[in-house]
Amino acid sequence: HKYLFIFTEEINFTAILTSPSISPLRHSPWGKKMAARIHGGAGAGAATALSTFNPKKLVAPSRTNLPAARSSKRCIVAAAGSDASKSLRVGHSQKLIANAAVATKAETSATTGTGHELLLFEALQEGLEEEMDRDPHVCVMGEDVGHYGGSYKVTKGLADKFGDLRVLDTPICENAFTGMGIGAAMTGLRPVIEGMNMGFLLLAFNQISNNCGMLHYTSGGQFTIPVVIRGPGGVGRQLGAEHSQRLESYFQSIPGIQMVACSTPYNAKGLMKAAIRSENPVILFEHVLLYNLKEKIPDEEYICNLEEAEMVRPGEHITILTYSRMRYHVMQAAKTLVNKGYDPEVIDIRSLKPFDLYTIGNSVKKTHRVLIVEECMRTGGIGASLTAAINENFHDYLDAPVMCLSSQDVPTPYAGTLEEWTVVQPAQIVTAVEQLCQ
Amino acid sequence: MATSFSATLPLHGSQENRLLLPPIRLAPPPPSFLGSTRSLTVPSSRRLYHAHAARRSPVVGVQEVVKEKKVTNSLLITKEEGLVLYEDMILGRSFEDMCAQMYYRGKMFGFVHLYNGQEAVSTGFIKLLTQSDSVVSTYRDHVHALSKGVSARAVMSELFGKVTGCCRGQGGSMHMFSKEHNMLGGFAFIGEGIPVATGAAFTSKYKREVLKQDCDDVTVAFFGDGTCNNGQFYECLNMAALYKLPIIFVVENNLWAIGMSHLRSTSDPEIWKKGPAFGMPGVHVDGMDVLKVREVAKEAVTRARRGEGPTLVECETYRFRGHSLADPDELRDAAEKAKYAARDPITALKKYLVENKLASEGELKTIEKKIDELVEEAVEFADASPQPGRSQLLENVFADPKGFGIGPDGRYRCEDPKFTEGTAQV
Repeated sequence: HKYLFIFTEEINFTAILTSPSISPLRHSPWGKKMAARIHGGAGAGAATALSTFNPKKLVAPSRTNLPAARSSKRCIVAAAGSDASKSLRVGHSQKLIANAAVATKAETSATTGTGHELLLFEALQEGLEEEMDRDPHVCVMGEDVGHYGGSYKVTKGLADKFGDLRVLDTPICENAFTGMGIGAAMTGLRPVIEGMNMGFLLLAFNQISNNCGMLHYTSGGQFTIPVVIRGPGGVGRQLGAEHSQRLESYFQSIPGIQMVACSTPYNAKGLMKAAIRSENPVILFEHVLLYNLKEKIPDEEYICNLEEAEMVRPGEHITILTYSRMRYHVMQAAKTLVNKGYDPEVIDIRSLKPFDLYTIGNSVKKTHRVLIVEECMRTGGIGASLTAAINENFHDYLDAPVMCLSSQDVPTPYAGTLEEWTVVQPAQIVTAVEQLCQ
Repeated sequence: MATSFSATLPLHGSQENRLLLPPIRLAPPPPSFLGSTRSLTVPSSRRLYHAHAARRSPVVGVQEVVKEKKVTNSLLITKEEGLVLYEDMILGRSFEDMCAQMYYRGKMFGFVHLYNGQEAVSTGFIKLLTQSDSVVSTYRDHVHALSKGVSARAVMSELFGKVTGCCRGQGGSMHMFSKEHNMLGGFAFIGEGIPVATGAAFTSKYKREVLKQDCDDVTVAFFGDGTCNNGQFYECLNMAALYKLPIIFVVENNLWAIGMSHLRSTSDPEIWKKGPAFGMPGVHVDGMDVLKVREVAKEAVTRARRGEGPTLVECETYRFRGHSLADPDELRDAAEKAKYAARDPITALKKYLVENKLASEGELKTIEKKIDELVEEAVEFADASPQPGRSQLLENVFADPKGFGIGPDGRYRCEDPKFTEGTAQV
């Protein structure tokens, strides 16, 4: 059995397992043995936040209650040795994703012990499948979603189960099939439209802006458009400029649509289900590098609120607002910050449009300092809008100007070093917090 | 999943339903379009291509369907049908003329595109549809909405921007929607509606095959010659033929896209030929003759209802007015306009009805009078209707108004009465 091993150098599991300090030996047999031993720990252990790290709590409840690796398909993941290139990509990305990848949440069952563990793309698939079982009007359309199973395996197995018409393999015509989804939504279906990469949806901008966002209004409320437009975006691993785009900023002005970004398996499934059930058109932003995140999610059905933000880590000194992949950079920086004595409050805003001003506002009123960390471009990004919204609404509560860390205004370069400098890194976050908290 | 070409039948191939169609002629010399400023010169290579293409694909285009209006044995329509067609065309014409008047009196603003001269296409197709069939149009959509059953009052109020309009005044001339009559718009950008129409046809197929409902609704998408150079058109032709969707693509080829002549902008101006390239029949019909259009439409609609897939119909038609009320219409040749004015579809139908003793002049005059009153009444109604209030500004942006988000006070914005009244600061 192989396990995906989420690991980082900084956390020392000596306290729990009385073993020598472990370096990332993902591919070694010894590493695999370690994985087997602390698999129970890694799953639930991933759910701890840094300041509440409690080794005893980590070990006791979860290991005995986890489903045996043999029986549960979901625990077995592409890992060391199975598919070299895939695991290499995955492993490489894990370097940037801290072990505290999955946040503590009151709602997760990580502490209660029930639930099942899976990867983010499987969580999306689960959510989608549950909704398709529940309502026969839900259908999927996109390139390679059917027989191929989706280029990121989100729709794997669905075509076999639901048929070729319900999980429609479209030709390569984003504008037309997005429009087709919109027309189908107007006449009674609930399509989930997949863009193979978010960047391809630029070709569908006409339909998304003019029809998806507008038709409910221009028809005087006669036609609803309950579509979900989803796909992976964000800066990946040296994918080049066109495949590394962040379309949140381009779509955010379109009136009539909602935008959400998922970041953990828990909220991925919850947001997928909520988006499908919503009568509004929703754009669900996924991230290429987050598809292999593992987390334990509840067995019982749940949905996440589309308009609410998620409190990742409560704190007192500074509010850090983030979403999608940058959440993990922030959490990694948070470790360093905690060691340095700061107490950051980290909020995953999740709802990119509209902003959850209540959660954000309460946080600002508590900490009086705001740092926004996003992967969007500097100019006209989500951070820019958020800065404006915070300044407008909570100006009196701020002790320092709102600082926004975004990606550089460059087309994402191919070279690894350059790409790293395009995106916000944990070290920059630490510096920014120190600067703000002076 | 992909349909094989051998399975697609040519238009005349169906045994069960023989219509008044002549056998398909292969590779005749393409005629120059009436009224074109330049006569169409056909290079010899094109003629070769004609024959070659016809040999390769079993699906061919049909160039001249229903050569003669008068069939010696029987008439094409009954009296009732004739009167329905006549009334519909008169309604279209009177309504559009009234729109022009109202526009110049300052009752409506913006872009208004009138349909004078093209009534045969709208009437010919839409009067064959049921209420559950869908129609998708462009910005030249007033008459499509009227033919589909939207009341003249609702359309006129919408043009005046009043609350009683079919879209509550929020759409305007270019966005005529009606859920009740399945009028799916009204789109301002050309080509934008074609994917939506494809989606409506997809729903029809989905209902039949996945939901196992008894559904044979068809969708008719109307658009112009300019749209036929747009990518969305071709993408949708491909998908519609691929999935065998119950849709009819109707090209209202009036030869002009504002000031751009169709011949100047299109490498191969014969649009009907583009159907067979995608595996569907392409038909060219005289769009100034409502009976010819109706015959072609019958076949295309029947094909779609039977599940045989889409059809591309090119209607050669003409608009008597400019592109919009703001267009001075200086580019078009007066001789061309005169030629088409002589082929006015309403006059032609009137002549047919009277000559074939289907209706008397008196009956037709009664219809005209009735329509005049109807349109006048529509104007009065629109005039008397109220303008939208401020509270309507933010309604209908979202179907679920929770989409406006959670405000700083923790409540959803839509729960704040000031927000819905439009007085809160957003």
